[in-house]
Amino acid sequence: MSNIKFMIPCEEANHVCDKTQYKNASLREKILLSLHLLFCRACRKYSSNNAKLTKTIKKAEVECLDKKCKDAMKEDFNKALKEISN
Amino acid sequence: MLNHQIDPNKWIDLYSDYLFNYTISRVSDREKAQDLVQDTFLAGLKSMKNFKGEASERTWLISILKRKIIDHYRKINSNKGKAEVRINYNDSESEGDWLEERVADPFDKTAEDSLQNNELGDAIHNCLSKLPTKQSEVFKMKTILGYETEVICNELNISASNLWVIIHRARTALAECLKENWF
Repeated sequence: MSNIKFMIPCEEANHVCDKTQYKNASLREKILLSLHLLFCRACRKYSSNNAKLTKTIKKAEVECLDKKCKDAMKEDFNKALKEISN
Repeated sequence: MLNHQIDPNKWIDLYSDYLFNYTISRVSDREKAQDLVQDTFLAGLKSMKNFKGEASERTWLISILKRKIIDHYRKINSNKGKAEVRINYNDSESEGDWLEERVADPFDKTAEDSLQNNELGDAIHNCLSKLPTKQSEVFKMKTILGYETEVICNELNISASNLWVIIHRARTALAECLKENWF
């Protein structure tokens, strides 16, 4: 099957599926993915779970610190750490 | 009983995101939340001697953070007490307007909603903390901070295909971890 051009292997399909979660997939990739999903139950499952995960994270409005904040935090913290160990 | 060790050198890498998310869902001011997390780490450092190893480091830090958050609200409230609240409705026309002002905003999230969201966010960070450091780092940058692929690749010095493999593993593990309670 894999030598037919429009059929992509599952691995590739999952990769494209991950990309679509971040809107990083091209139109061609998206078409190939939907084609693959037509035939592949396992990937359909992964796909729906993946979308659910994206939704859940969006709904939770999770936040985290970026690297700059963390580095600044570390700097202050390390100073205090040194003072204490002295 | 498991005796937990304490190692402040790793605190920021391991717990800062978890604590920050915990704080921001309760304080909802980024800068204030960041300060509170920082205060928590410093307070933890000072009272390290009191750590008995009965709870995990994270639980212990959270208990410090909780007190910091309460203190923060106390401070706000005592400030409020000093300022007098005046409502000036001099003309009879606008009398009774305050009633309307007090009606809750229907578009505001209900308390229950946001409570559930707090828990969900905690659960997600909890699952994230179970991932290998690299995976959770890449996943957070891509998903939560919303960085472009190239930016992450440059910063962490990895290839794009490498990034997608990491993302894939992180997503699979996260879905598995969240499945029991939240899916």
